[in-house]
Amino acid sequence: MTDETASTGGAAAGDETGRRGLRIAQDTKRSLTLLSPTLILLILALAFPILVLIVLSFWTQTGMSLTPGFTTENYEAFFQKRIYYMLLLRSIENSAMVAALTVILAYPAAYFVAFRIKRRKVLWLILITLPFWTSYLLRIFAWKVILGYNGVINSGLIQVGLIDEPLTFLLNNRQAVVVTLAHAWAAFAILPIYVSLEKIDRSLLEAAADLGENPLWSFLRVTLPLSLPGVIAAALLVFIPTVGDYVAPKLVGGNNGLMIGNIVQTQFGRGNNWPLGAAISIISMLVITGIVCSFLLLVHQAKRRLA
Amino acid sequence: MKPSGRKMPFSALGAYTVLYLALLYLPVLFLPLFSFNDSIYIAFPLQGFTLSWYEEMAQNTAMLNALKNSIKVGVVVAIVSTILGTMSAKAFTRYRVPYETPLKAFIAVPLVIPLIILGISLLVVFSGANMSLSLFTIGVGHVVICVPFSMLVMISRLEGFDKGLEEAAQDLGETPWMTFWRVTFPLAMPGIIASLLLCFTISFDEFLLAFFLSGDESTLPIYIWSQLRFPTKLPSVLALGSCILILSVLMVVLAEWSRRIGVSPTGKGP
Repeated sequence: MTDETASTGGAAAGDETGRRGLRIAQDTKRSLTLLSPTLILLILALAFPILVLIVLSFWTQTGMSLTPGFTTENYEAFFQKRIYYMLLLRSIENSAMVAALTVILAYPAAYFVAFRIKRRKVLWLILITLPFWTSYLLRIFAWKVILGYNGVINSGLIQVGLIDEPLTFLLNNRQAVVVTLAHAWAAFAILPIYVSLEKIDRSLLEAAADLGENPLWSFLRVTLPLSLPGVIAAALLVFIPTVGDYVAPKLVGGNNGLMIGNIVQTQFGRGNNWPLGAAISIISMLVITGIVCSFLLLVHQAKRRLA
Repeated sequence: MKPSGRKMPFSALGAYTVLYLALLYLPVLFLPLFSFNDSIYIAFPLQGFTLSWYEEMAQNTAMLNALKNSIKVGVVVAIVSTILGTMSAKAFTRYRVPYETPLKAFIAVPLVIPLIILGISLLVVFSGANMSLSLFTIGVGHVVICVPFSMLVMISRLEGFDKGLEEAAQDLGETPWMTFWRVTFPLAMPGIIASLLLCFTISFDEFLLAFFLSGDESTLPIYIWSQLRFPTKLPSVLALGSCILILSVLMVVLAEWSRRIGVSPTGKGP
């Protein structure tokens, strides 16, 4: 940033440059001072623990004692036992479905608030995001109450006389997990989509209309592409955290709905094999990162081809 | 002002949005509904109105203890996170930060990392350092996930008001510290309150980190989790859940209101 001022030359300007350079140095120092407590905390309580987890994944555990060393047997175990591999795959599939479901369901609502609501937008936004701020545990649990054997749906349907026996296919499967997570994360998807729709220059849409585009075409060719960043952000914001979710599979998934988070927890609890749990976590994290990166790359390429 | 032929989509979209909202709320609203139901079973038909689950809840000392712990952790986490978040936001909005994008991304990592991985990695470090798990270890985990939220709230607040006010104070000879105290702080106050409330709400509701990092003393979500296994305890858990629901709603509305006051383009500051 200093070279543009340096090129002006002259004694007065040189003095100016010096003062400006000093100011920049001072600025940098102040900014780093302000940032240092946060950075130190995150290095100690985020970066360092992840590093330790990586190291631990190469250790072994016999009984209660950990043996330092460098062995890849935990990683081999992951790929040899189909269960871990399958569970990671299933978690990713579940979360991809959850992300797709939340984005598709949230888009029209976000569109409505962004384009059709003229006044009191804030009120609508608060209304939509409110359920998100209530207890996560209870939002998940609510679905157990709804889908359970003696739950709301079953007892309601019996009461009305539509069924005689409770339906058992509602709870304890993947579908229950997907529906529950899609509900729990819905509000998380709507905000980024709304923000990207709100940012769209309205004159572009008017131009499209003036040029005789019908509303559907102008939506497909103007609004949708311009809101894509919000859609992508929403999908990732839902996808990434839900892959590792522990609560929903545990409460509404039953044995058929287990996900990778449950296996990780087991290794750190009853299973008591921390290095294996660490290896499973590291693999999951790498796979998630890989998926996210290739997804972003694909979107980037698709955009370039269209442009 | 819009081209014609838009009347129909309006009503269809509007109807969809209302339906969407109803679906968002409905599952959650079953909790308060059954918390007043005079039956141990959470099923239709409703058996009549009762407040006994609320009475049972109020007499439950283990639960009250967990509530106290949650409030303790939440308050400390909110204050620490907001201090850190405000300092970071000030650095990013007011000064030249070297490597700005990577540093911002680093601070935002807790927003996208699966909580279970953060939880176990902190657990490994704490046990490796022979630190016994306690409310403190839960608090550390919560601060890590709250700082990015606080920073984002504070950045949008600090960007919202005129930098010239701070520069004027400095030109008039105030020290940076006094400028912060007498100019920045009062102007940033609504953002600070919003950040405090949001961080408290996040910490108060957080389960997964607390699940891995709690010792003998449990927080409220941990207590609720332990109760979910016992069907007879469910109605009073529902009563508790309904109270939490109302409290969370109140906090968020307050936070949102506080975040928005004084940022109107007319520039009416405190």
